[in-house]
Amino acid sequence: MPEFLRANRREAIAVAVLLFLLTVYLSTHPRGMSTYVMTIWANQCLILALAAAAQFFAVIVRGIDLSVGAVMALTNTIASHVMGGEGISLLGGAALVLAAGVACGLLNGALVVFARIQPIVVTLATASIFVGLALILRPTPGGVINYDLADAMTLDVLGIPTALLITAAVIGLFWIPLRRTGLGLGLYAIGSSEQAAFQSGIQVPLVRMISFGLGGLFAGLAGLYFSFVTTTGDAGIAANFTLNSIAAVVLGGVALRGGVGSLIGAIAGAFILKTIGALMFFSGLPPLAQPFVEGLVLAAAIAIGGADVLRVRNRLEVFAR
Amino acid sequence: MSLAIARRLDLTTLLPFAATVLLILGGSLFFPQMLGIGYLSQQLQIAAFLGVIAMGATIVILLGHIDLSVPWVLGGAALISTTLAGTGDPLLTALAIPAALAFGGLIGLINAVGVALLRIPSMVWTLAVNSMLLGISVLYTGGFNPKGEASATMNWLATGKLAGIPVAFLLWMAVAVGLALMLHRTGFGRYLSAIGYNEKATFLSGVSTPSVLFAAFSIAGLCSALGGVLLAGYANQAYQSMGDPYLLPTIAAVVIGGTSILGGKGGLLGTVGGVFFITLLNSILSVMQMSDAWRSIIFGVLIITMLMVQTLRGREG
Amino acid sequence: MATSPSPIVRLEGVTKRYGATVALDGVNFDCNAGEIHAVLGENGAGKSTLMKIIAGVIQPTEGVVHVDGEPVALRSPREAVSRGLVCMFQELSLIPDLTVRENLMLGAPGTGLGRLSGRTLTVACDLLARIDGGHIPMRARLADLSLAERQQVEIAKALAREPRLLILDEATSALNASVVEKVFTVIREESARGIGVLFISHRFHEIEALADRVSVFRNGRHVETFDNGAYDYPAIINKMVGQKIDDLFPAKPEAKPDAEVVLRLDGFGWEDGLKDVSITLRKGCITGLGGLDGQGQARVLQGLFGLLRKTEGDIVLDGREIQIASPKDAKRPDISIALVPEDRKTEALVLQQSIAANMQLAALGVDGVPASDPVLYRPYIDALQLKYASLDQPVGQLSGGNQQKVALTKWLALKPRCLLLADPTRGIDVKTKTQIYELLRRLADEGTAILLLSTDYEEFIHLCDETHIFYDGRVVRHLQGDAVTAENILAATLNLPAQGGTHA
Repeated sequence: MPEFLRANRREAIAVAVLLFLLTVYLSTHPRGMSTYVMTIWANQCLILALAAAAQFFAVIVRGIDLSVGAVMALTNTIASHVMGGEGISLLGGAALVLAAGVACGLLNGALVVFARIQPIVVTLATASIFVGLALILRPTPGGVINYDLADAMTLDVLGIPTALLITAAVIGLFWIPLRRTGLGLGLYAIGSSEQAAFQSGIQVPLVRMISFGLGGLFAGLAGLYFSFVTTTGDAGIAANFTLNSIAAVVLGGVALRGGVGSLIGAIAGAFILKTIGALMFFSGLPPLAQPFVEGLVLAAAIAIGGADVLRVRNRLEVFAR
Repeated sequence: MSLAIARRLDLTTLLPFAATVLLILGGSLFFPQMLGIGYLSQQLQIAAFLGVIAMGATIVILLGHIDLSVPWVLGGAALISTTLAGTGDPLLTALAIPAALAFGGLIGLINAVGVALLRIPSMVWTLAVNSMLLGISVLYTGGFNPKGEASATMNWLATGKLAGIPVAFLLWMAVAVGLALMLHRTGFGRYLSAIGYNEKATFLSGVSTPSVLFAAFSIAGLCSALGGVLLAGYANQAYQSMGDPYLLPTIAAVVIGGTSILGGKGGLLGTVGGVFFITLLNSILSVMQMSDAWRSIIFGVLIITMLMVQTLRGREG
Repeated sequence: MATSPSPIVRLEGVTKRYGATVALDGVNFDCNAGEIHAVLGENGAGKSTLMKIIAGVIQPTEGVVHVDGEPVALRSPREAVSRGLVCMFQELSLIPDLTVRENLMLGAPGTGLGRLSGRTLTVACDLLARIDGGHIPMRARLADLSLAERQQVEIAKALAREPRLLILDEATSALNASVVEKVFTVIREESARGIGVLFISHRFHEIEALADRVSVFRNGRHVETFDNGAYDYPAIINKMVGQKIDDLFPAKPEAKPDAEVVLRLDGFGWEDGLKDVSITLRKGCITGLGGLDGQGQARVLQGLFGLLRKTEGDIVLDGREIQIASPKDAKRPDISIALVPEDRKTEALVLQQSIAANMQLAALGVDGVPASDPVLYRPYIDALQLKYASLDQPVGQLSGGNQQKVALTKWLALKPRCLLLADPTRGIDVKTKTQIYELLRRLADEGTAILLLSTDYEEFIHLCDETHIFYDGRVVRHLQGDAVTAENILAATLNLPAQGGTHA
């Protein structure tokens, strides 16, 4: 067990911080720990967690995705057109929404892999395209999502928030099995050392495409879940989520240089970020101070993470970081 | 020296200029007024706002870093300058511009502390700094658009004309020439691209690489702040999120101008072309009364196209 | 040479060009089933290029590769492995951030993107145990292993892929003798089962012990293939070098034990890596630093160049104690120390930039040095006979030897009083070596104090005026004059008793 913790210390720290914050949050909340409080909290967390998962799949292969928020906006506006009906049409609608997300991811991937443009620049440009498409679909916020379905996804099951069940499913049914496949290993291998991965027989272009596709899928899921929570389509949500998804993966211990970290960490990072926000709402801080304190916490966490560089006694070692 | 300049004038650098000329000529087929002095002069003025900011961004990107704190350095500088000028006190009004610039330089130093000393990836650190600045300004303004107004000097810088040429454009060119001289006359430019390619080897050549990082990020901060002052002078006020629309076009202008996002390769001249291209593109799309949605899409498609042309050329060469 | 009827791999007229550089030139070569085939050549002879082509890492510019008599295009290592061609790269195919277990399973045959095969892992673990690597924890992160352990993992990984042709590129360079013997036993067993083995090594005795046939490469050309034992060492070396070089080293002048002291290290120490080191550098003397890898000698150079924080002891320059806080400090005219680092590609040069830009990078900003004046560099370019098309050519296009000349010129232009060199001739052709040796001796004669870290003991014997041998962070032997012999150096590097000479 200690060895397991050591090997996964980044995730362990993120989860510990999250549990601490959550305890403080629930104990200071005027209504205490109730299903209602937990549900509201978990819904907000899950939206960002899915966005962070999308970002994770870009970062793990040594990329970055500045279009996460834009894909969310696009899929959200699509959902607001196709998820208003009843019954089986909802299934088709959800499939369409997620397919759109995957398509966006694959477009990013193709431009990175085949046109060999840097991910940061590619996604900067495609974000502009995706937001444009979203604006065509919803020039102003509107549309409708089937309320029954939205309720089912955003309330609780036997007192447990549905959002937490979805989170558990993503980790338990998707991530942990994925980690044990050749694809899972390949993602890390490419991010850690692309040349070594290639020489080990990994199909680097294919794996990278799949990674971007998965990123698109999760951005689509984030957009879909956002639709369930807000029951409306809004093209203007992009910028905020992109930046927060980066902040979340960093807080969750995922290294921006690729190859290090896990989806669990990224999700924990997202939960931490949202919990801090929620915590401040009830902590008596003036609401206007909230963005500042959020920024301060983010900066402090990052700075503390970087502070061990000051102890390095061989100046050449800092360049390896 | 002459050889170096000749090399800098390669096709990658000229590409955005050529594309700009094509835009103007193509656009003038449908809108003949685009060839008019009035229109072009107005474009020079508008380009200057983006241009000033992009000069600083170029320097940071040459290093292989990025400055995501542009939006709120710009917004903060606008806020500070309009607040000071809005008091009506002559002394404070005179201090409006210097204080805003000092603020930009200071934030640049804070950025550099994280990047150069704590070795935090610049994308993360400058993002965190940006969100702190956002927080401070929300706290200060109470979330409303701030009161205050631009000083006469700020108005003149942003909208005035000298011999028929917009002052803002002249100011941008002065900044560009000043920085270009600094880059080429001293070792600074060489250090920037050497660090962009290989920071370790540069440090081992006896270059104080942290000092270079500090200088570069401060310059970027100053440029963003100057952009904020100009924009506040143009709008005669500061407003929430006024910097947000400038971050991505800034990066796009630098990259279209041929500067590699990985650092090392590129220069200021290319960025000037990139700024012209983006400004003209925006303007033509709005003259065509294109909706925001379509502007955004065309913008993205054209940037990708330009980059594909660039990488294809790079692979041949 | 009689060609066996069953070559697994046969290369026909294979050429590989990188821009203007020809790495392989019309090579015909084959390797048979059941043979251990050693490939010999100096650095830059084309051995690695050959291996990479067979392993599918790179594709030939011209020529054909036949596998089992069929012409094939090996477009990736994956395709090569699927045909049974497995290469053990010098630790390059391991992923630092993955665990040992994950590395062994990565890209194993039969595992695509789906479930990982447990069978490969069992085979690999078994192999690892057979080469003395049974103690390596499966859950350890690869980056946390020692170099030797990483090589063992790499060997097990390659063997577990059930190769028909196994390529070993300096596979055992970090392993100690008993582990090497176990590896050889495994290789012989595999070979007896009909597997072909291609073997690159710089240790002659390994080749003698293992190989059936030997092929010599020089300057990208295949010189000759012969049965092991057909020639003696000197004959083989002549084939490798191509010309007989009598005077590798310039004449060594009389010892100057009383020459003026330029720089003195007194009780120098740093963390656990360096303890109580005292070294004196004299005007006109070349002082050697030797020892096994990582015994502290590299730290001395780093400490003198301002790269180490919180060092103990004193640095005394011209009789006054000085502090060197950074490389920028070190190159100040009043200190004037230069370091040519070991790794040309990542530490010494900015490969993407031009020759001129690289040469100027150190001189820029130093008071009183006209950095952009080509005249400053001309004497060293001439002395080293730098080969280049134009000074605006990117350094990355030059050969390794010419890159090293640029790295030297860059610092020599500052006319340092004290020149620190970290293994400047590693991986460099013989001709360049002689040019560098000559220049170093001339610089010393002109009064420069030179501190030379080397892994080649010939340099201590023939070039250095005195030599300090390091072991575990300390100077264990200070050798001068007649005491500088191969035996003494070897004994000192292993910290064994001396056969003569003076103790530090």
